[in-house]
Amino acid sequence: MIPLSWYLMLGAGLFVIGMFTFLVRRNIIMMLISLELMLNAVNIMLIATSHYMQDMRGQILAFFVMAGAAAGVAIGLAILIAAFRNRESANMDEFDLLKG
Amino acid sequence: MLPEFFFGYFACAILGLAMLTVTRKNLVHSVLWMLLLFLHIACLYLFLNAEFLAVIQVIVYAGAILVLFLFLVMLLNLREEHEARRFVKAWQGRLAVCILLLTVIVISVYKAAVQPTGGYSITFINEMGHTKVLGTVLFNQYVLPFLMTALVLFVPMVAAIVLAMKERKR
Repeated sequence: MIPLSWYLMLGAGLFVIGMFTFLVRRNIIMMLISLELMLNAVNIMLIATSHYMQDMRGQILAFFVMAGAAAGVAIGLAILIAAFRNRESANMDEFDLLKG
Repeated sequence: MLPEFFFGYFACAILGLAMLTVTRKNLVHSVLWMLLLFLHIACLYLFLNAEFLAVIQVIVYAGAILVLFLFLVMLLNLREEHEARRFVKAWQGRLAVCILLLTVIVISVYKAAVQPTGGYSITFINEMGHTKVLGTVLFNQYVLPFLMTALVLFVPMVAAIVLAMKERKR
């Protein structure tokens, strides 16, 4: 039997990779991809904990996280299309219209 | 011995594929590595007796979200982005924050003590079938959040159409 902490470590590693990418990459598509990585990391942790607690609530929550991820990425990419039409770029540094 | 070996393979593969995904120059390569990553995560769910969620992972992530990303990468012609500088300048502080977060999570994982409540044991799930068990819980205890999901999926659809539509000339 694999200990639960191994799964949680794996989730933590994946989450930190996603978070670091979100902070340092400048491409918006790459930032959205790293957002998906973070959500997947949380899903791994939720399902593993649910399995070891012998409780279905974690898996239900992971199910809703997947629905939320699909909705979030759809709206994020729509915003990116609208922004790309104005700036012709997917670089985060270009979008500084609201900067004082 | 064998489960540990397989878990080790999947853990190393997931972390390695995540690194490959986030460091590629070409976004198409990055998205394709992410496809492999999602398939490995789905296999990991099979380890945890969550067949339904593994299938949903393949359908939703590999089938829908990934195609959306690929479509967008090909729609926006980002060829000039390849040569541009990909990372921000001040990455040291952010790396320190990430390592700090990892440390906090690892410490809290070691402190955590999970006790099985025994409501849905492995033998019970194997007898009933994972999909049936999940569906029973979902449609009895969590039917209102499930109906809210319909709204959560409907609003972004409208928003995506409105945002991505070109403004009409008046």
